[in-house]
Amino acid sequence: MNERLTRRLILAAAAPVSALCIAVALSAIVLLIAGSNPITAYLDMLEHGSKLETQVDILNRATPLYLAGVAVAIGFKMNLFNIGVEGQYLLAFIVAAHLGAQVELPQVLHIAYVLVVAMVIGGAFAGVAGVLKVTRGVNEVISTIMLNAVVISGLAAWWIVEWQAGGEISATGGRVGTEPIDESRLMPDINSWLEFFTREVGFGKELTGMLIVAVVVGVFYHVLLTRTVLGFDLRSSGANQHASHVGGVSPKRMIVIAIVLSGVVAGLVGMPELMDSGYYPSNPVSGLGFLGIAVALLGRNHPAGVAVAAVIFSFLDVSSGILQVTGAASREIVEIMKGVIIVTAVIAYEVVRRIRERDEAAAAAAAMTNPKVPSDNPPTAAEVSV
Amino acid sequence: MSQATEPDSESVTEPETKPESELTAASAIELTGITKRFPGVVANDNINLTVAEGEIHAICGENGAGKSTLMKILYGMQPPDSGTIKISGAVAELHSPAQAIELGIGMVHQHFMLADQLTVLENVILGAEPTLSVGRINFSAGRAHLDEVSRAYGLDINADDYVEDLEVGERQRVEIIKVLFRGAKILILDEPTAVLVPQEVDELFSNIRELKTGGTTILFIDHKLDEVLEIADTITVLRQGRTVGTVKPDDVTARDLAEMMIGSELPKPDAGASTVTDEVALEISELRVLGEADRPVVNNVSLTVHRGEIVGVAGVEGNGQAELVNAIIGTTPSDQGSIKMLGRDITSASVRSRRELGLGYVPQDRHRDGLLLGFSLWENGTLGHQTEAPYSRGLWLSRDGMRKRAEQIKSQFDVRTPNIDLSAHALSGGNQQKLIVGREMVADPTVFIANHPTRGIDVGAQAAVWDHIREARAKGLATLLVSADLEELIGLSDTIVVMLRGRLVARLDPNEITPRDLGTYMTGAALETEETEETEEAVASA
Repeated sequence: MNERLTRRLILAAAAPVSALCIAVALSAIVLLIAGSNPITAYLDMLEHGSKLETQVDILNRATPLYLAGVAVAIGFKMNLFNIGVEGQYLLAFIVAAHLGAQVELPQVLHIAYVLVVAMVIGGAFAGVAGVLKVTRGVNEVISTIMLNAVVISGLAAWWIVEWQAGGEISATGGRVGTEPIDESRLMPDINSWLEFFTREVGFGKELTGMLIVAVVVGVFYHVLLTRTVLGFDLRSSGANQHASHVGGVSPKRMIVIAIVLSGVVAGLVGMPELMDSGYYPSNPVSGLGFLGIAVALLGRNHPAGVAVAAVIFSFLDVSSGILQVTGAASREIVEIMKGVIIVTAVIAYEVVRRIRERDEAAAAAAAMTNPKVPSDNPPTAAEVSV
Repeated sequence: MSQATEPDSESVTEPETKPESELTAASAIELTGITKRFPGVVANDNINLTVAEGEIHAICGENGAGKSTLMKILYGMQPPDSGTIKISGAVAELHSPAQAIELGIGMVHQHFMLADQLTVLENVILGAEPTLSVGRINFSAGRAHLDEVSRAYGLDINADDYVEDLEVGERQRVEIIKVLFRGAKILILDEPTAVLVPQEVDELFSNIRELKTGGTTILFIDHKLDEVLEIADTITVLRQGRTVGTVKPDDVTARDLAEMMIGSELPKPDAGASTVTDEVALEISELRVLGEADRPVVNNVSLTVHRGEIVGVAGVEGNGQAELVNAIIGTTPSDQGSIKMLGRDITSASVRSRRELGLGYVPQDRHRDGLLLGFSLWENGTLGHQTEAPYSRGLWLSRDGMRKRAEQIKSQFDVRTPNIDLSAHALSGGNQQKLIVGREMVADPTVFIANHPTRGIDVGAQAAVWDHIREARAKGLATLLVSADLEELIGLSDTIVVMLRGRLVARLDPNEITPRDLGTYMTGAALETEETEETEEAVASA
């Protein structure tokens, strides 16, 4: 029994670990071909990554990545490919920034208000794709791509002009953006939480308070999926719509619920930036929605797996800067590494899945052959023809 | 084990066919001492099998007896751990299906491997395309060869039809042609009748006989014993990875064969004394369900099932049984009429509320409608009942309750598995079916819809399923049994209704009817006179 448990644990860890090792090795080859020394490059990355300030950067980048990853993962669990996280979070971002600047509430309430607005907008906008799918059979991939365009080159471009901050431009640091929310109403950084364990964070780095929200979202996602009836409905409908339907789960309802939940989480993706700067700039951090797809894929839609994937991607992003500074390698190497990690991870997970399936089939077959009836009296018919 | 390999004894039992010289000269297939182990299990244990050239050789055995493994070895999909394979007298080392095809072995899988959007011709030549220069496909040569093959073996098919438009039987014919097109002289058919309706089976059998006349050797895997006895020249029975014996169909009965397969006395479907009460559990009145193009596929069906009663629904597949069942379950809306459960109108209720009212269901296609294959057994044991105690409390799942129920299903319904954490796909078909039946039974239903509950499972599991249905019936369960197995219908049912073209056309007493009579009702032959009267009436009233 114990041996089987160890085997299962090893199998579970085998895929991500081997994917990472292969990615490191392949990237080293690419570095060599490009004429760089992979060892120096890797050492530079590790050394840089071991600094507390870098780690704050990594977590700050990982937080929105994780939220985007979970948003995509919720869709994947229901067999829905929500490519629209990008549009959902940008729309939620700009609307929450604008509406957030219109009122003045006590800090805690104000934060809650802004987050709720973002989640509602994200969920509602994603819901459009869901409703289109169940009522008109529009594939969510198509509709969410289209809705991305509606947001990015449509609504956001229009509203940034419409809602542009007037008056002293210094409030937005000279950049074009929406009216800023007063800093006293934004989420504070949580450097003190980190400093409790280590030392003071230097260089004016601030660890985003949204990290806490991201953790809460992760826990909520996990509990919802594994502990609630709704989570069981969602997973079963995603795994086999027909069997689940026969079992009382309406597939249409599940599609709408899953895509709205996905959009609700997507709405939070822009919040770390909003809680930091207080406004929606003309050039917000973009591409998080698409990176979220990769992060969800690498993390196998598991709340903890997605977290690890977000940190790995974020580490690579943050490392690209240092490679440029030290000149050890071209910064583009991290993009290659990201790609290689995903491809190797997909392969490794498939290999592990097959090994596991084979193990299980063998175990079941072994249980089958335990003869229930002793077969020591061969039937007479066997000898008939002889 | 396999005594029939001795040429002397065989020539005695087979006086009318080939001369002795041919028998000793070349058997089409000769397997000696084939052993194949998988981790923890011996799938094939020293199997010997001799197939004479030009014969139809059936391989029978329960699920898990090792038939599929043996065929995979013969088709080069898996290498044996030990043993030798001789094809037409020469030792063959098979490492891939391509090699097997080269040696003239072709296999038709149980699940068809055809591209729906391509035509018959395109499917047949796929992977074996005759080419012109620069890799262009020579369609006319392909067509000529296809015509030749289909004419030579009497396999009637239109080369330009799209596969998606074909009936199941026709698709199977395409698969057979595909194999013959590649020059197969030895044909392996893996449970070819599992997907066919009776008329299609007849057609298949005449095709197979034709093939035999043309000199093709046929290996036929099946566990429908009547069919085996009808078509085979020789029958080899496997049990738990071993050859139990090789027999001639004239010397054995279906019962003998079944006993060889399971190694013990054979159970029979027999309902025992009637337990029918007069309390109505399920009442369907004048139900109409629309299918494609708004044509009624269930038309004016009225049906009552009492507690403690089993009502059997007979009919050739595709006459509205599936739609009737779906309407009762609630996955298909009904157009007219009403469905009542224990007096409550559930015509427009959701599937979930019907389930919560105590509607149990065993679907026809367990992989599609019954299981979450990648999920654990304890999760599968919950599916369909997740809103009820003890599986959940309010919004929260109760893992404890789910696991306890799964353990209960495992022990009460004899699901053979090392533990309940295994994924459902690891189980054999029979065990999957026992899991589904168990899941529905432990939830203590009041109305039970069993749609082909024993299709594709072995004799042992079949008997277990029958037992459970009978037991539940004695406790007052109302069961609607839809089945293509006429013995099962007659044996278990208290009443049999026959469905034809969406209507209930007959109500019969199972004690007074034979499978043959039932068959005539199903095809409508027994009703032809009545029907003409009916149309005359309609004309008169119009």
